[in-house]
Amino acid sequence: MPEKLQQLIEMFQMFDPADRTSLLLSYADQFREVPSSIATRPFPKSHQVPQCESDAYVWARKQPDGTLKLYFAVENPSGISARALATNLDKTLSGLTPKEIATVGCDIVEQIFRQNISMGKGMGLMAMVNAVQALARAAA
Amino acid sequence: MATPIEQRGYTHPDALVSTDWVEQHLTDPKVRLIESNEDTLLYSSGHIPGAVHVDWTSDLNDQIRRDYITRAGFEALMSKIGATKDTTVVFYGDKNNWWACYAFWVFQLFGHTNAKVMDGGRVKWLKENRATSKDAPAYPKTDYTSSERNDAPIRAFREDVLAHLKKQGQLVDVRSPEEYAGTRMHMPDYPNEGALRGGHIPGAKSVPWAKAINPEDGTFKTAAELKTLYCEDNKLSPAGETIAYCRIGERSSHTWFALKYLLGFTNIRNYDGSWTEWGNLVNVPIEK
Repeated sequence: MPEKLQQLIEMFQMFDPADRTSLLLSYADQFREVPSSIATRPFPKSHQVPQCESDAYVWARKQPDGTLKLYFAVENPSGISARALATNLDKTLSGLTPKEIATVGCDIVEQIFRQNISMGKGMGLMAMVNAVQALARAAA
Repeated sequence: MATPIEQRGYTHPDALVSTDWVEQHLTDPKVRLIESNEDTLLYSSGHIPGAVHVDWTSDLNDQIRRDYITRAGFEALMSKIGATKDTTVVFYGDKNNWWACYAFWVFQLFGHTNAKVMDGGRVKWLKENRATSKDAPAYPKTDYTSSERNDAPIRAFREDVLAHLKKQGQLVDVRSPEEYAGTRMHMPDYPNEGALRGGHIPGAKSVPWAKAINPEDGTFKTAAELKTLYCEDNKLSPAGETIAYCRIGERSSHTWFALKYLLGFTNIRNYDGSWTEWGNLVNVPIEK
């Protein structure tokens, strides 16, 4: 697992449920939407995360050094969990090579969210990770 | 603007309160606001001031079996949120009150009838730019004593559904048309949670839950509109024994609430096993 992501997961594991909730909300607050230089509304369906009711979109752009930069949009105003995960993924995976990003599995969702996850919501968030993984594989 | 609740012709209008009513009772010690959502982060991101959080998964479900909490669990929950038998609990939440209605329904299993739902739920409150707070309130712990859980009046198990089928009783399938038809086994944009067969229980009428609400603000439609939808278009009789179901019982709690309290269906139960049970059962009848 990429080092930054491993550190993030270890940090979440140290926290009790209340602090984990606060941390997730702070990540949601830090969410930055995809810039218009990458994509504008209406966002193309080809970038929409399937099975995510938060209406999330993901893009991966190759940088000159061969690494990827991830971008996200979350159209559902209540999509707080999706925004928190998007921020986490951007902070820990952007700047890595496609090959490194492609190793990340959707089990990180449970490790990050723990009790802050519902049945339907969890699958949607896992679909976001799978979408990132698919883009990384395509770019590799 | 939605028609005032008391002018909508409901059978039991007291079961529903407006956002205005809630705002006027924010500091009423006899009222406990309860937020219940699908997304467990939403409450902490900002809720109605003074509202407590009741999570369907961790607070209302048994953590081992697929069942609800026991009497002891309910007593502990009510004591924790500082409720007494005289407390009016008012539920609201995301998804146009899916989970709020689900929590309301579970509370009825324990006979806490002093309960209401806030019309329009969380979205309406926020759209109206009303106050929110990130502070979790602390209420003095009470010593709530509950009666034993009584499932029979409002909860149907699979044996009940099979018996109901033999009697050709009324069934309402509140899932999407695609789930009803068996062309998909999960909600649009939701994952497949494991039903092996698609379709619906024979004879069930397809009335997707969301038809009961006004999409612009999540409020319930008037009694006249609901009667047209359920009684005229789908030939459901308020006097007939009725069972509602969906995927796990959350959407059908919403319909159960509308039929029981707003249209006065006298004998309606929620089959919470719903399609995740029926679609996996061996040798039960399915229609497509």
